[in-house]
Amino acid sequence: MSESNHSSQAQDMQVNDFVMTICTVNGSGSATANTTLFRALFSMGIPTSGKNIFPSNIKGMATWFVIRANAQGFTGRKLGDDIIVAVNPKSLAKDISYLHEGGVVFYADHLALPEDAPENLIYYPMPIKELMKGLDVPRNLRDYTENMLYVGIVSEVLGITKDALMAALNKHFAGKPAIAEANFKNVELAYDWAAANLEKKDVYTVEEMPPLNDYIMTDGNIAAGLGSLFGGMQFCSWYPITPSTSMVEAMIEWAPRLRKDPETGKMTCAIVQVEDELAAAGAAVGAGWAGLRSVASTSGPGISLMAETVGLAYFAETPIVLWDVQRVGPSTGLPTRTSQGDLAQIYHLSHGDTQYIIYMPGSVTECFDFGWRALDIADKYQTPVFVLSDLDLGMNYWMTKKFEYPNRPMDRGKLVWEEELEKFPEWGRYMDIDNDGIPYRTVPGNLSPRAAYFTRGTGHNEYGNYEEDPANWSKLITRIGKKFKNGIKDLPEPVIYRAKQDAAIGIIGWGSTEIALLETQHLLAEKGIHADFMRIRSLPSDTVTREFIASHQRNYVLELNRDGQLCNILKLEIEEYSQKLISISEIGGLPMSAEWATESIIAKEQEKYGK
Amino acid sequence: MESKAVPTVELNPIGLSLADYAGRPSTLCPGCGHNMVSNAIQAAVYEMGILPEKIIKMSGIGCSSKSPNYFLQRSFGFNSLHGRMPNLATGASFADTSVKVLGISGDGDSASIGLGHFKHVIRRNVPMVYIIENNGVYGLTKGQFSATTDLGLELKHQGVNVLPPLDLCMEAILSGASFVARAFAGDSKQMKEIFKAAFAHDGLAIVDVISPCVTFNNKDESLQSYTFGRQNVSPLQDIKFYLEHQREQILDFADGETREVDMPDGSVIVLKKTASDYDPTDRMAAFQMLAESYTERHFITGLIYIKRGTTTVHEHYDLVDEPLNRLSVERLRPSKAALDEINTRFG
Repeated sequence: MSESNHSSQAQDMQVNDFVMTICTVNGSGSATANTTLFRALFSMGIPTSGKNIFPSNIKGMATWFVIRANAQGFTGRKLGDDIIVAVNPKSLAKDISYLHEGGVVFYADHLALPEDAPENLIYYPMPIKELMKGLDVPRNLRDYTENMLYVGIVSEVLGITKDALMAALNKHFAGKPAIAEANFKNVELAYDWAAANLEKKDVYTVEEMPPLNDYIMTDGNIAAGLGSLFGGMQFCSWYPITPSTSMVEAMIEWAPRLRKDPETGKMTCAIVQVEDELAAAGAAVGAGWAGLRSVASTSGPGISLMAETVGLAYFAETPIVLWDVQRVGPSTGLPTRTSQGDLAQIYHLSHGDTQYIIYMPGSVTECFDFGWRALDIADKYQTPVFVLSDLDLGMNYWMTKKFEYPNRPMDRGKLVWEEELEKFPEWGRYMDIDNDGIPYRTVPGNLSPRAAYFTRGTGHNEYGNYEEDPANWSKLITRIGKKFKNGIKDLPEPVIYRAKQDAAIGIIGWGSTEIALLETQHLLAEKGIHADFMRIRSLPSDTVTREFIASHQRNYVLELNRDGQLCNILKLEIEEYSQKLISISEIGGLPMSAEWATESIIAKEQEKYGK
Repeated sequence: MESKAVPTVELNPIGLSLADYAGRPSTLCPGCGHNMVSNAIQAAVYEMGILPEKIIKMSGIGCSSKSPNYFLQRSFGFNSLHGRMPNLATGASFADTSVKVLGISGDGDSASIGLGHFKHVIRRNVPMVYIIENNGVYGLTKGQFSATTDLGLELKHQGVNVLPPLDLCMEAILSGASFVARAFAGDSKQMKEIFKAAFAHDGLAIVDVISPCVTFNNKDESLQSYTFGRQNVSPLQDIKFYLEHQREQILDFADGETREVDMPDGSVIVLKKTASDYDPTDRMAAFQMLAESYTERHFITGLIYIKRGTTTVHEHYDLVDEPLNRLSVERLRPSKAALDEINTRFG
């Protein structure tokens, strides 16, 4: 065990660049402590991410909170740890094994370090139980308070300021200054103990950076919920499922503040929990059909149950927005782990010819943005629209750009009431009057005797009447296809990050992996491999995507799934360049790391092209 | 000068004729019970003077669920998915609560594939009239047993039914329904009165209509045949429905012992005692009566259970009074100041 007496000044310090994992037990109340550390770094202007790696369990199993600080803004998942805060005896030996040489172990000193604990690490004991003796803490708050003590010790050793900690606590306990103050006192006790008793021996330190004024800190599910509320969502039906539940819970929390009608003080939206995802999809489609801006939020298994109903909405041309916060596969096991495995299922979900507009947010702020935009697009094209988020984006804390207020008025599409309906000499619910594939739509409550129609899945003509004539149906389903082609122009284009010099290869990704792929681009450049990076933000694919693929010799499509689902879709949609698309994909349940992506690309380059 | 004779068309209180409530020609089998149900719905709504535009017709899949096309052509309709009608009805009901929701379902729809939704829509208490056209058989797929087919019934291609039937009225009461009635498609007069009462109810109203399938399940011994219905029918009461302005007519009807149930719109259901003095406000008595009627093979019709003053699903959400689907976009988007506040809070 290292007991070196070198003073810290003698070493090269590693400033604002580390991965710290807090290794704890789930259900032990560490969320506030972990968030405080994360917020304190953020308030010092240091780009930071916080990822909660948790089991599908309520109490007693190992849980990890991973904080990555990186001055350059690369805050994606990184392999291995620089620092661990060890408070879980059960996982201690394994937790230590993930540390790099020179790594740091903050450990509660009542835990026995393993006998074979490596000597090339720095160990800081934390006398948590001893410090607790000086505090008068009710029994039910003991675990929670112990966690606040490690916040103090770790902060002192790393150089997180007391001001930053106070700011973090004030943010966390907004409007409850007494509670913030009480917590700060406990943090400060441990902080002062560390200052008096621990000598800095490791290289990791933080220094204040310019304030992150354009950024906020929140998660994708909250952003999605708020985006929906700012998008005028009027009806949401849902059934609890990890990891989408917190999106609806955010709406339930914020709706009374945001969606009370100023004139009457009454609500302008309803969020209804129902008995299963069949009912959630059905109620959302019923509401959408009846003219409400309607949202359902779920995860992969819920999408499977919703499939039949969403297919009906596609054929009946009913607007509805469906959020899929992706997790790993069916049933139990890895529902708390992230994935990009639902794209293939969703793109052509349900029976018959279907194809959906899919939004793929790659940041928390985009979850907000797409939250309101998807509602406009669903109304405009009278169709189900999917938004594919994932657990990493949805449930983890991210530093993200401030939310931007919608830059255009709400679009209800071709929804017509009595007066407008009178203007049409001839009208049928499925009549392509404007020759753009989008018919005019009436909804219940419209009192014009011409307004009503009878909705069914297939076998309807332009007037919504029953008809089995093949020519009729062929024409109608072709029109729906045309509607989609016209819709591509309204969808968000890919974001392209160009290499610093001409690049022969392209990297393509989607969703939450952007942060890892930006770092990959950077790491590759350091090794002399220049790559342009394009993040696709919607499907069906557009001409920008096509041109990007065409303009590179090889394009690596990186995804968190087994079979390269986006790559396969692109190969079909951009068939003439399919040879230029190479899939690199892996699914283990954790966010993508830049090291893995970089190594995988280099391996392919060497193996195939001898580069 | 002599005035020309004009054929008289009887108009209802809002000036519409029965024809204004018509649908498209039925394509169901001649003699199908469902056609009687369609006619009774049309007549009930016409007599009550409800504007057809103020009704939406929601249905699932099956012969029963096709039938909304055959009445109320001026009403919006949605022939949705097998067993999922309650889901779509729930969502649609929020759009404009002044529009009455009429759900049409069958025994396959409600007692099998959609039994879970059947019970939960009742538990939620979505204000709607929920009619089950119960023929004890899958008609559209040509004659399979359903979950309401009687135990031991023998059908041509199916053999003998070995599973006991579910009683949807009993399931409904168990799930917390506040209006449960049973009608017989062979008794249009009673069926129409029950439908009117259901439309006047302010919560979810279940009407289980025994509606014979003349093609696949009309054997005399079948619980859902015309013959069984006619031979074993025992109405719980003689039922009559009066709109508020018809209240003075009640005296003509109430010559025997009667119960009156005041409905929220000022209308009244009058129940005249028949053989027994059945109390439709007694939940336990309803269970007992339904259990006995099955074992003793009495075909019970009439108002089985009613409870006034329940809370509907909409009341939990404190929504604006005007139709939600007519709110202007300005009232649906929070202000920029509200977003600025959020950014500050999260910053």
